[in-house]
Amino acid sequence: MSRNYSALALLRGALGGNRNWDQAWRSPEPRAHYDAVIVGGGGHGLATAYHLAKTHGMTNVAVLEKGWIGGGNTGRNTTIVRSDYYYPQSAAFFNHSVSLYEKLSRELNFNIMFSQRGMLTVAHSRGEVDFQRRLVNGMALNGIDMEMVTPDQARKLCPIMNFGPEARYPILGGMLQRRAGTVRHDAVVWGYARAADRVGVDIIQNCGVTGIDRDPASGAVTGVQTTRGAIGCGKLGVAVAGHSTMLADMAGFRLPLRSYALQAFVSEPLKPVLDVVASSALLGVYVSQSDKGGLVIGGNADAYASYAQRGNIPTAEAVSAALVEFIPSFSRVKMLRQWAGIVDYAHDSSPVLGLSPVPGLYLNCGWGGGGFKAIPAGGETFAHTIATGTPHPLITAFSLDRFRDLALVDEAAAAGIEH
Amino acid sequence: MSGFRLKDHPRAAAAEIGFRFNGSDYRGRAGDTLAAALIANGVVVVGRSFKYHRPRGIIGSGFAETNALVQLGTGAHTVPNAVATRVPLREGLAASSVNCWPSVGFDLGGLNDRFSRLLSAGFYYKTFIWPSWHLFEPIIRRLAGLGRAPTLPDPDRYAARSHACDVLVIGGGPAGMAAARAAAGGGVQVTLVEADDHVAMEPLPNLRILTRTTASGYHDHNLVTAVEEIDGPVVRQRFWKIRAKRVLIAGGAFERPLLFGCNDRPGVMLAGSILHYLERHGVAAGRRPLFAVVDDQGYDVAIAARRAGLDVVGIVDARPEPGPIAAAADALGIAIYPNHSVTRAIGRKVVSGAELIDQATGQRIRIVCDLIGMSGGWSPAVQLFTQSGGTLRFEDRIGAFVPDRSVQNARSCGAARGIFDHADCIADGAAAGHWAATGEDREVPEIAAAVRAPLHLPPPGAKAFVDMQTDVTVDDLRQATDENYRSVEHVKRYTVWGMGTDQGKLGAVNGVAVLAALQGLAPGALGTTKFRPPFAPVAFGAVAADRLLGPFFHPWKHLPAHHWHVAQNAVFEDYGWLRPSHYPEGDETMAEAAHREALAVRGRVGLFDSSSLGSIEIRGRDAGRFLDLMSVGSPSTIKLGAVRYNLLCNELGTLMDDGVIARLGEDHFLMTASTSHAERVYRWLDEWHQCEWPLALSIAEQTARWAVLTVAGPRARIVLENADCDVDLSREAFPHNQIRSGRIAGVVARIQRVSFTGELSFEIAVAADYAESLATHLMTCGAAEGIIPFGLEALDLLRLEKGYIHIGSDTDSRTQPADIGWGKGIARKAGDFLGKRSLLHPSASAPGRAQLVGLQPVDPAVVLPIGAHIIGGDPHPSRGIVTSSGFSPMLERGLSLALLDGGRALMGSVVTAWSEGRSWPATVADPGVYDPRGERLNG
Ligand SMILES: Cc1cc2nc3c(=O)[nH]c(=O)nc-3n(C[C@H](O)[C@H](O)[C@H](O)COP(=O)(O)OP(=O)(O)OC[C@H]3O[C@@H](n4cnc5c(N)ncnc54)[C@H](O)[C@@H]3O)c2cc1C
Repeated sequence: MSRNYSALALLRGALGGNRNWDQAWRSPEPRAHYDAVIVGGGGHGLATAYHLAKTHGMTNVAVLEKGWIGGGNTGRNTTIVRSDYYYPQSAAFFNHSVSLYEKLSRELNFNIMFSQRGMLTVAHSRGEVDFQRRLVNGMALNGIDMEMVTPDQARKLCPIMNFGPEARYPILGGMLQRRAGTVRHDAVVWGYARAADRVGVDIIQNCGVTGIDRDPASGAVTGVQTTRGAIGCGKLGVAVAGHSTMLADMAGFRLPLRSYALQAFVSEPLKPVLDVVASSALLGVYVSQSDKGGLVIGGNADAYASYAQRGNIPTAEAVSAALVEFIPSFSRVKMLRQWAGIVDYAHDSSPVLGLSPVPGLYLNCGWGGGGFKAIPAGGETFAHTIATGTPHPLITAFSLDRFRDLALVDEAAAAGIEH
Repeated sequence: MSGFRLKDHPRAAAAEIGFRFNGSDYRGRAGDTLAAALIANGVVVVGRSFKYHRPRGIIGSGFAETNALVQLGTGAHTVPNAVATRVPLREGLAASSVNCWPSVGFDLGGLNDRFSRLLSAGFYYKTFIWPSWHLFEPIIRRLAGLGRAPTLPDPDRYAARSHACDVLVIGGGPAGMAAARAAAGGGVQVTLVEADDHVAMEPLPNLRILTRTTASGYHDHNLVTAVEEIDGPVVRQRFWKIRAKRVLIAGGAFERPLLFGCNDRPGVMLAGSILHYLERHGVAAGRRPLFAVVDDQGYDVAIAARRAGLDVVGIVDARPEPGPIAAAADALGIAIYPNHSVTRAIGRKVVSGAELIDQATGQRIRIVCDLIGMSGGWSPAVQLFTQSGGTLRFEDRIGAFVPDRSVQNARSCGAARGIFDHADCIADGAAAGHWAATGEDREVPEIAAAVRAPLHLPPPGAKAFVDMQTDVTVDDLRQATDENYRSVEHVKRYTVWGMGTDQGKLGAVNGVAVLAALQGLAPGALGTTKFRPPFAPVAFGAVAADRLLGPFFHPWKHLPAHHWHVAQNAVFEDYGWLRPSHYPEGDETMAEAAHREALAVRGRVGLFDSSSLGSIEIRGRDAGRFLDLMSVGSPSTIKLGAVRYNLLCNELGTLMDDGVIARLGEDHFLMTASTSHAERVYRWLDEWHQCEWPLALSIAEQTARWAVLTVAGPRARIVLENADCDVDLSREAFPHNQIRSGRIAGVVARIQRVSFTGELSFEIAVAADYAESLATHLMTCGAAEGIIPFGLEALDLLRLEKGYIHIGSDTDSRTQPADIGWGKGIARKAGDFLGKRSLLHPSASAPGRAQLVGLQPVDPAVVLPIGAHIIGGDPHPSRGIVTSSGFSPMLERGLSLALLDGGRALMGSVVTAWSEGRSWPATVADPGVYDPRGERLNG
């Protein structure tokens, strides 16, 4: 087991020439059977495994990851963590997640660098201001810290936004969540991986699941086929984001999800120039500045379904134009990298969490472009669901049944842009 | 290092150019890059590194530069992180070092270097946890980042061009030129892009050469983007989108640094770059260079340096047996140190010597020198090839990755695929060019086998940098490996190796070789990290060049009678279209004007421009059937000449839009859609038609072809009767919900009797060209009746008094027809239609659904804010939302529409509306309070 991280540990490391660090997590050979197998070594899969072991005492647990952990959306996202969701069910879940994030560095003994610098979503018309008032009031009533800001306040928060007479869309105000911010994405992956490993979870990388075995009589899951051989399991949790429909295929059912490429961009490193996360749904862009100095920029998902995990030019153009229109001085700033992740959307833009039609198989998917912020709560509630066989109270609204029951939680209209 | 200009090089005779660097004035020569000019002036330290703020000098040339980042210019024109090796010198150029304070010579951040062991790979993940990251972040944040972003809008412009050609050649070196020549010889259209400012080849009629143009990305369908540096008075850069049938990548190779202690000291350079400055710029980077090599490459540079008159102090060859080329060096009197390698560079701030080790005996010697040239072998520039989807393989003969399998119509040639011999490059380029023109394969040169020294891992503590800009050392890779960060992507992220502005052009291949060695694997076993676009950083302004900004970002949509409205003193607002919100008189506020306008419509008559309403024609044998499938009602039963209110739902049975459908002919319908939904409704119809119900009909969006003016108010008929209209306007002949065609003042018109104000109203549609003349005509004809134009704000009050809803504002993504009082008939409609299944689902009739109601504040003076919530719900506090609000001119009180849970059962009760901490009591009422029986619209 690896020793605790601290300033003292750094000093000890330094004195030993940094040759005395433990493995952050082991790379064991897979066992023949686990009580629970989690497919997908993203944030959700790792957090789930951590909670299975830590909270529910299930230590014979493996996370199977087809590539390297965090190589999916968790390592590709724009790292915005916020809880400005409209419907009470979402508000309760995401606010819980933000609260867990606030304590996560200590919980994991790994600095995930939650930078609560606030997120400003601007409004460009009277109609948008009215709509934001609806959202802000609703969120406030659900216990979320949200406030409306005037154009002057918006200018103070981010003076480089386009307040000029040339602006196609004037900035008439906005809404602000001060508690929102960014979190270092890799740290969440590694922190959970290390913490899960410390409580006995096997993290198996380069292990793609290629088939799901079911008991012919009961239909229940008995194990998985993988690129590293067959692995038996009592319970199977699937947390593979954009590839969820493929896993459902393997188990013989369909999911009401569609996968799209969502792209992101990072700029060259700059001295601090942007202190909030700034977003404009109408322009289709949001941007924050990382602690390394790069601007991290996102926009809307590509318009067509795809599994191509790479950037393309039409979206780069659309997002760049939106960025320059939003913050004109960024026109001279250079793009350093462009990439994409595959995100899975339900048509109400809420996640799918809980039981599946297959006994013993549990679902954690449908995060679309916004599941990074959900990782701590997703892991906690999903582990509860797997361990007890009953959905955690915070996620009952997000069951797969909601599509049958027409009990959707339509956050699509509320957010307007993904992150 | 003490660089100087060679007197007998032609550049020495070029025009002098004055420039400033870090506040001092210098002189360079026309043709210099900033880097060349700095070297010529003996400037050694040009920047500081990211983390440890170690002094750094120019290490390379062209794209292969990671240290020499400068801030160019000031104010709105400033450019952060410009690479000095790519900046052409110009008169008056002003540059300064990034990331140092107070100066590049004495940088306080340099303290970090003292504590570098504390700041090893990923240190920040392991500390700053107590008490909270918030305490530490501001300091870290201030230290991070390199250059400064401008804060003023970019004064420059960017152009975009799309271009198609048969063959695109990327790179104008020997292989690229040979390729272009051969391809052009095949008679096809060839384009060559080259980042440098000239390509030394003859012009050809079917060859287009773009210099100062860097291919930046390789995308699907052979789409290559490129950025052309123009720096003109108007245009700064041009963004090219080039589609080629075949693409030849001849982008050359990058030389690898060697891994020894303090290999980042100013004065340690890539050997090839030393040669570049000598030959191209006539600039020597030092007087007493030492060269460290692992194969025969590098000897050439030493020999050239000697011939240029430099005192080459030796060649340190890591191989036990130097190749035959050693004899040539020896003949020039250059000392050779076989089986030696450099262990570290000596010198506190700049190189003053090198320590060598005899690999056989372990004996160390020191050599005095002012420049160390490193030649660790060359790595093909495979970035664009991998972006195209091509795969790589590790080539032992050159110790680097080379292109393997192409996925698109692309091929690499010359150094870009590991062919380094000059003649071979030309032959390889020619073969590639031939293939590109004809599709025929020719024999190509083999990658030459070379005797190379194996990678030598420096010992722990050596401060051997793998990535200089981001300060990643071999020790960091070692530590990451110990900590089980083993995937190259993990190491990259954990140590930030390869994350600098050069994106690993100098350090990627060395890094993977070190990692493989640390893991006990063959050098190529780990593959590379992903090389993502762009190849070199590109200004967002350039990427955005093909999109319009400012007023054209989303082009304004003007009403066809826009200028007429301007003349009426309209105030415009952007509602998707630029529409008059009100027409103030004197210094009226918007609310006052809207009040006055609304009263005029109720009392007399007003003119409203409805041209932005969506108008969609559906025509064909199955038009009626299709509309029945798309609608909640049954448009197929609309009688000829009649008009009917219609609702569109999505699959969930929630409301998408409302509008009217008029039947113009047996197979011909006209659907109107609300302004904000017009485009979506059209696409929605089209999608269902194309994808699900390919029935015999066509759908045409006609909005912009018509100008639609609505005359509304009790005197509307009189106005029209005065207007030279050949339609029988009598109440009996033309009742409400009918449509007629005819002429008005000789112009063909469609007139509908529909009303969104609750007043008698005629909606007159004419060809858009007639918009202004019709408006003038109607105003003239209505003058005696007191007609005035009215805007959207007045319309909003009028429809509010009537309880007419606006879908999207007064409904949300859960609202179904029954929730707004249109539930009847759904169960009875026999045929299928969109949303039917959902509307018949038990959830559609569940109790407690949010329903549309009116709200009347108990204090009549109060106008509830739109977006207020109705509180007191259980278990969630919100039980509804205020969706529309205004002060009713007729009732002289505040009125609102709201969506309220179980609202219709609450009529007459008092609820509490709440917004941003304030609350108001309000009575639940019917949505329509003015003329509830709807008699006025019959006129
Ligand atoms: C560009 C972009 C920006 C985003 N921005 C934000 C943001 O700002 N804020 C926010 O909250 N969210 C954001 N998101 C969304 C967020 O990244 C995801 O919702 C979240 O990371 C999902 O985590 P996960 O663990 O479910 O999935 P992932 O991290 O994708 O992990 C799934 C893992 O499953 C593995 N896998 C797939 N198939 C198999 C198989 N057959 N066998 C084994 N393993 C398999 C994959 O390799 C992957 O590692 C963004 C997403 C993208 C792409």
